[in-house]
Amino acid sequence: MAKHETPLLDQLESGPWPSFVSDMKQEAAARAKNEKNVEYQIPQDVVEDLLGVLELSYADGTTHWKHGGIVGVFGYGGGVIGRYCDQPETFPGVAHFHTMRVAQPAGKFYKTDYLKKLCDLWGFRGSGLTNMHGSTGDIILLGTTTPQLEEIFYELTHNFNQDLGGSGSNLRTPADCIGQARCEYACYDTQDLCHTLTEEYQDELHRPAFPYKFKFKFDGCPNCCVASIARSDMSFIGTWKDDIRIDQDAVKGYVNGDFPPNAGAHAGRDWGPFDIQKEVIDLCPTECMRYEDGKLEINNKECTRCMHCINVMPRALRPGKETGCSILVGAKAPILDGAQMGSLLVPFVEVNKEDGYAAIKEVIEAIWDWWMEEGKNRERLGELMKRQGFQRLLEVTGIKPVAQHVQEPRTNPYIFWKEDEVEGGWDRDINEFRKTHLR
Amino acid sequence: MELEEAKEKIVEVLTKKAKTKSKFYFNDLSKILDLKPREAKKLVTKLIETEVLEYWSSGSTTMYGLKGMGKQASAEHED
Repeated sequence: MAKHETPLLDQLESGPWPSFVSDMKQEAAARAKNEKNVEYQIPQDVVEDLLGVLELSYADGTTHWKHGGIVGVFGYGGGVIGRYCDQPETFPGVAHFHTMRVAQPAGKFYKTDYLKKLCDLWGFRGSGLTNMHGSTGDIILLGTTTPQLEEIFYELTHNFNQDLGGSGSNLRTPADCIGQARCEYACYDTQDLCHTLTEEYQDELHRPAFPYKFKFKFDGCPNCCVASIARSDMSFIGTWKDDIRIDQDAVKGYVNGDFPPNAGAHAGRDWGPFDIQKEVIDLCPTECMRYEDGKLEINNKECTRCMHCINVMPRALRPGKETGCSILVGAKAPILDGAQMGSLLVPFVEVNKEDGYAAIKEVIEAIWDWWMEEGKNRERLGELMKRQGFQRLLEVTGIKPVAQHVQEPRTNPYIFWKEDEVEGGWDRDINEFRKTHLR
Repeated sequence: MELEEAKEKIVEVLTKKAKTKSKFYFNDLSKILDLKPREAKKLVTKLIETEVLEYWSSGSTTMYGLKGMGKQASAEHED
């Protein structure tokens, strides 16, 4: 018999998809049974009370969580989000229900025994409910009480070799794609860059002093599986400088039907024989390809790295060999001004492990210095860029304007030159001027 | 700026404003200290470590307050 009646939540389970309500009920039942004889450190019926408060919220159409809190682990300003219920007498199990964000390993590689240990820890000291993973990528541990926070933090850092992630006005936990570990498209080692920058910027990750959140995300190629271009203030997208590598025999193989296009994906129905003209050439967004007399040609200068041709014919086409990454900045997906995609700031930079990614760090730190000084409270980098202009961003990062920075021809006829941009500045020799310009 | 001086300045201003406000943005603190953000951060971090200040986080935004100030600590039995 459930502790609280939950007719509205029960209805959610009737749909065709797996329901989080069923998961919660399963955990509630497991905690009630306690087959492993765990000495639960927070109320055993925490999940039942969580179901109860959620039901109440659905019934009265309002939240019963208060906003934020002062709790955390000593010295860290992020990683713990205080959550308190405003109906503690009815639902004492969730009176304190703090969230912990745990930094996920780069590429989200886990061993199953690690996950089992983590679940055991969280069942013992928390609600047992997790969110694998949150939008930023962290392992989210949902619901514990204040005295458990330091205990869990000690366990994570001493026995799990794991740290808390970012929250609040911090650098958020950097997230990357699986990269060169499993993917032949990856143009750089996303995991190494992600891990290195996570370690390098520990202070920014744990001690909040930014105007608002700041996210790094790393995609090994322009397929952008992590969607860094849409979701991170600073996205690092693998790319190449030279030409797409073409294996003409393999191209013929695709045309002759020897290889399934898209590496066999979308094979659930019969699409008819592969038509390279219709399925590749005509879909190139910059129309920089042609297939004539059994030969595929690409005008690489016009290629925008959309990846479509490579995705369709991975045996025949591969990214070039001179690889690195592009850096885009200013993406966000939240409240103010609505969602915004990243803008290209650095068209190409070498991803150089040998020098500790010096060129990349230089851009990052210049941007942070600017944003920390000029950013208003709760203003994301993308909003500051809009407010002060992309030109200002180029100035502070010392990056010279190039054609790739231009989205469209100028629509504003006014140009305001600065004195240092004009030869000779504002001063002029009036006598010299009058020699050729009469009064 | 020395830590003691920073502490005095911050405690003074935050105490003065305590009637209307108990949580402050980082920018407010660097303005009080009249320092660039990176310099201010070093001192503010020390003030957190010595428990003069404490963090408050909504999850998306972090603010700072004098330790124990405001309603929350006692309301949630965290004091």
